[in-house]
Amino acid sequence: MSSKTKKFTPVQQEYQELAKKHEPKRPVLINCVKAFLVGGTICIVGQAVQEMFVHLAGFDEKKASNPTVAVMIFISVVLTCFGIYDKLAQWAGAGSAVPVTGFANTMSSAAIEHRSEGLVLGVGGKMFKISGPVIVFGVVAAFVVGILHLIFNPGATGGGH
Amino acid sequence: MIFLWAFLVGGAICVFGQICFDVFKLTPAHTMTLLVVLGAIGDGVGIYDPLIKFAGAGASIPITSFGNALVHGALDEMQKTGWIGIITGIFKVTSAGVSAAIIFSFIAALFVKPKG
Repeated sequence: MSSKTKKFTPVQQEYQELAKKHEPKRPVLINCVKAFLVGGTICIVGQAVQEMFVHLAGFDEKKASNPTVAVMIFISVVLTCFGIYDKLAQWAGAGSAVPVTGFANTMSSAAIEHRSEGLVLGVGGKMFKISGPVIVFGVVAAFVVGILHLIFNPGATGGGH
Repeated sequence: MIFLWAFLVGGAICVFGQICFDVFKLTPAHTMTLLVVLGAIGDGVGIYDPLIKFAGAGASIPITSFGNALVHGALDEMQKTGWIGIITGIFKVTSAGVSAAIIFSFIAALFVKPKG
């Protein structure tokens, strides 16, 4: 028994078990295939954009990845505006949520959805509803990794002594 | 060839995300957070850079690369300016992604009516 169901009366527990039995099984395998196809395709598009920056604009491989991400985010926001990305997300699950386009989609859809609550509290405040935790934990994790590097690999830092 | 590896690696990371959704019943926010932290750790132990070299956009488009880029900025700046670089460098590389997402989303919210 999980900690969630501990507080329930026996009847409630019985009901929980009954409900669990009748809960539709998620088609995990099919979902994974869909996620794989869509996620992979988005990465191919990203690769194509990156090659364009390398060959047409003369960026080197490393510098090209930043503008590539910006272009992918732009495409994602435009698709979100027309409601296309959210339809795709229903079909693709994690395939469209995990790429950086999904990150942009959560921000733009939250911004659009809460526009009616005003520019400051609606758009500004709610934009980071889902992407906020991603940024917070990313920064904290990066900070911890940085500290660990400082402790175990102090030779890597220059200056500042 | 890089396109094939981009497809396979990018797809595989998305499948991992899908498994987090379906098997471990995590919300999208939890899954993305987990992936970002994994990306940060991946760069910390030095395996994410080779992956990007190998799979190109397959590794740099999934959200894991956001964690990788945060660590990258911090470590690069640490090399140049010492320990304070951890704080001043974190957003150096990810600026493009975060700024683009904020700016485009804000503009979108000005002109687009919510659907559904």
